[in-house]
Amino acid sequence: MNKIVSKEYFSANVIKFEVEAPLIAKARKAGHFVMVKVGVKGERIPLTIADADLQKGTITLVVQKMGVSSSKLCALEAGDYITDMVGPLGKATHIENFGTVVCACGGVGTAPMLPIVAALKKAGNRVITVIAARNKDLIILEEQMRLHSDEVIVMTDDGSYGTKGLVTNGVESVINREKVDLCVTIGPAIMMKFVSLLTKKYEVPTLASLNTIMVDGTGMCGACRVSVGGKTKFVCVDGPEFDAHLVDFDEMLMRLGGYRDIEREEMANFSNH
Amino acid sequence: MNHSEERALAWRDELRKSMKAKERTDIPRVHMPELNAEYRSHSRLEEVNLGLTAEMAMLEAKRCLDCANPTCMQGCPVGIDIPRFVKNIERGEFLEAAKALKETSALPAVCGRVCPQEKQCEGQCVHLKMKKEAVAVGHLERFAADYERESGNISVPVTAEANNIKIAAVGSGPAGLAFAGDMAKLGYEVVVFEALHEIGGVLKYGIPEFRLPNDIVDVEIQNLQSMGVHFVTNCVVGKTISIQDLEDDGFKGIFVASGAGLPRFMNIKGENLVGVMSSNEYLTRVNLMDAASEDSDTPVFKGKKVAIIGGGNTAMDSVRTARRLGAERAMIVYRRSEEEMPARLEEVKHAKEEGIDFMTLHNPIEYLGNDQGRVTHMLLQVMELGEPDASGRRSPVEIPGKTELIEVDEVVVSVGVSPNPLIPQSVEGLEVTKWGTVVVNNDTMQSAVPIIFAGGDIVRGGATVILAMGDGRKAAKSMDEWIKSN
Repeated sequence: MNKIVSKEYFSANVIKFEVEAPLIAKARKAGHFVMVKVGVKGERIPLTIADADLQKGTITLVVQKMGVSSSKLCALEAGDYITDMVGPLGKATHIENFGTVVCACGGVGTAPMLPIVAALKKAGNRVITVIAARNKDLIILEEQMRLHSDEVIVMTDDGSYGTKGLVTNGVESVINREKVDLCVTIGPAIMMKFVSLLTKKYEVPTLASLNTIMVDGTGMCGACRVSVGGKTKFVCVDGPEFDAHLVDFDEMLMRLGGYRDIEREEMANFSNH
Repeated sequence: MNHSEERALAWRDELRKSMKAKERTDIPRVHMPELNAEYRSHSRLEEVNLGLTAEMAMLEAKRCLDCANPTCMQGCPVGIDIPRFVKNIERGEFLEAAKALKETSALPAVCGRVCPQEKQCEGQCVHLKMKKEAVAVGHLERFAADYERESGNISVPVTAEANNIKIAAVGSGPAGLAFAGDMAKLGYEVVVFEALHEIGGVLKYGIPEFRLPNDIVDVEIQNLQSMGVHFVTNCVVGKTISIQDLEDDGFKGIFVASGAGLPRFMNIKGENLVGVMSSNEYLTRVNLMDAASEDSDTPVFKGKKVAIIGGGNTAMDSVRTARRLGAERAMIVYRRSEEEMPARLEEVKHAKEEGIDFMTLHNPIEYLGNDQGRVTHMLLQVMELGEPDASGRRSPVEIPGKTELIEVDEVVVSVGVSPNPLIPQSVEGLEVTKWGTVVVNNDTMQSAVPIIFAGGDIVRGGATVILAMGDGRKAAKSMDEWIKSN
C-alpha cells in the first residue's frame, strides 16, 4: 500500500501524483518504471517514474486517463492508497556526455522524459527539448523542462501554443540548423515511429523508451515483447529503452492494439469494475 | 526420533502384526474420486480431485507394509517419514499423520496435489516389485493435510528458541517457503521477499485453481506466519533493495529462490502475432490476476481454437484452462510422442478425459495472421522418433515435406523457462552458467558469494515444486551450519 501525498491536474485527463515509496525513491534512476495496481481485482500496469524526492521519500507519476485501470488510478485522491506498487523496474537510461541531445516527447511521454532531460543536462550535454501535444491545454511540464534544457521548443497540432506542427517538425528544425549527436524520444508509439523514421533519414542515433502491455513487469510473462533488429526483446528487463532505428514499431503498434476490443467492452461496463 | 525408532514403537508393531502382508497387498489401490469430466471441463474454479474419505484413506493405508527399509522415503526429495504418516492414518490418528508430514514438509496439502509421485515415493514402492500398484502416498498425504485444515485443529510446528539471527529468502515460491519453514523451526528470524503482490510464487501464478486452490496455499502460508515468518510483497531484491542493503540491514544469510522468470519462445515466424503468448502470461492472467472473472480488470483472450505448444505440466495446466474458458478445440502440440511427455500421468489422463486433442509428433514452424495481426493458423511440421538424445528420450526428427496447416485463434507457448536474470545481474561475484542459472555447491546450495545460497528453478532452470522444496530444505540445513561455524 502506497499513500498518495498530492494530486495535481495537468489537464482534465492528465494527472500528476506524488506517492510515498521511500525505497523506490532511493533506488530509482532516470528511465526506470513501476508496476501499479489499484484494487484487489485491479490490473498491473507499467508507469514510468517522472521524478523522485529523497527527502520526502516520494516518487512522481503522471497518468493519462485512458482505460479502466488508468481511470481507476486517476479517481484516487490525496490521502488514498495505491493497493500495490513495485519497482524500480527496467534498465536505467544510459547517461553520458554525448554532445547535443534532442529530447522529443509527446503527450504524457513528457513526464518520464523530465528526469532524462535533467540527467543529460547534469552530465554536460547541450539539451534541446521538443514538447508536442494536440493543443495548448495538453502541454505539460514546460516550466520544469526549461529549468533543465538549453532550449525548449513547443509544438501543437492546432497552433494554439508554440509552433504549429508535429513533434517531428520541431526535431527536424533542430537537425537542420545544428549537429545533433543523439535523439531520445518518449510518447505514443506512433509518434516514436515517425521520430525514428526522421532521425534515421538524418542518421542521428535515437533511443526510444517503449511502453508496452505488461503483466508482471519482471520478465516473467513476455507480454511486452518487441522485435529489435529482428530479435525478440522484453521491454521490462531488456528495456524500456532501445535503439529506435532497430525497433519494429508496426509490430509494436499491432501488439498494443491486441486487447482493444476487450478494453472497449470493459470501459462500457466500467461500473462493474 | 528417526524412522527406525518410530517404527519400533509399540503401536506400530501391533498395527503391523494386525494383518498379514498378503492381505494388505491384496487390497486394490484406491481410486481418487473426481468431478465428472464433461462438467469440470466448463468449471474453472472447482478442484478436479475431490479427495479421499476417511474410510477410503484408512483402507488405502492398510496396503502399506510398513517396510523396515522404506524405499518410498528414498524417492522423496524432502525425506518425509512416509510409513509414519501412513500408519497414523491406518490407526485413525489423522492429526498425528498431519503432524508427521509437517515436521519435514512446509506444504503437505500442496505436495499431495502436485508432486509427480509416480516418479518419486510411489515409483519406489515395494508393491511395484510384486507387480501390484503402488500405495497411493500422494492421495494419503493430501488426505491428512486436508483433514487437519478442515478440522480447525491446525498444529503449529515446534520452533526452537529465537536466536535473533536475521536471514532472508528471495522469492516466496516452493523453495523459499520450504526454506523459511525449516529456518523458523531452527529459531531464525526469517523474512521472505516477494516481487509480486501475492505470496506463493508459481503456486499462485502458475498452477490453476482446479488443480491447486489458492485457499489451500494461503493456509500453508498462514501456518508459516504463525511460526513467525515475515513476508514482504512488492519487493524485488536486486531492484527495490540490493543484496548489499540486506547485509547492511543485518541479514546473516540470503537464500535466493527467485525462480525461472523468463519464458522461452521458439523464435519462429509469426510468434509475435496477437494471440500468441507464453504459458506464463496466459496462466498469470487467469490464475494470479483472475482475468476470466467479470470483476477483474485484467483482460484475457478466450480463444475457441487454442493450441498449446509443449508437453509438460505447465502445458497441461494451460490447455485445461483454455478448455474451461470455452475453447471448442483445445490442442496439445508436442514434438515427441506421448511416452516422452514430461507431464504427470494424472494430468495427461485428466486432460484426455476433458476432451483435449493430443497432437503428438507435431512441431510448429510458423504462425500466420490476418491483417489485424491476429493469429489465424499454425503451420505444423510432422515428426517421427529417431535415436535417443542427451536426455535419454528418443529425439524427434522431421519427416521432410510433411506439414499441416491448422486453424487457431490463440496459441500458448509452453516450451520451458529460463532463470530470472535480476539477481545474477545485480550481484557481483556470483557464478552463473551460460544458461543463466546460479552455480551452487550441490551438497550445501551455497554460491560463490558465501552469504548467498540458492535453490529451485534459479539453480535448476526449470523443475518441479518438490525438487525446489528439497533445495530449500537442504539450503536451510547447510546455512544453519555455516552461520553457526562462523
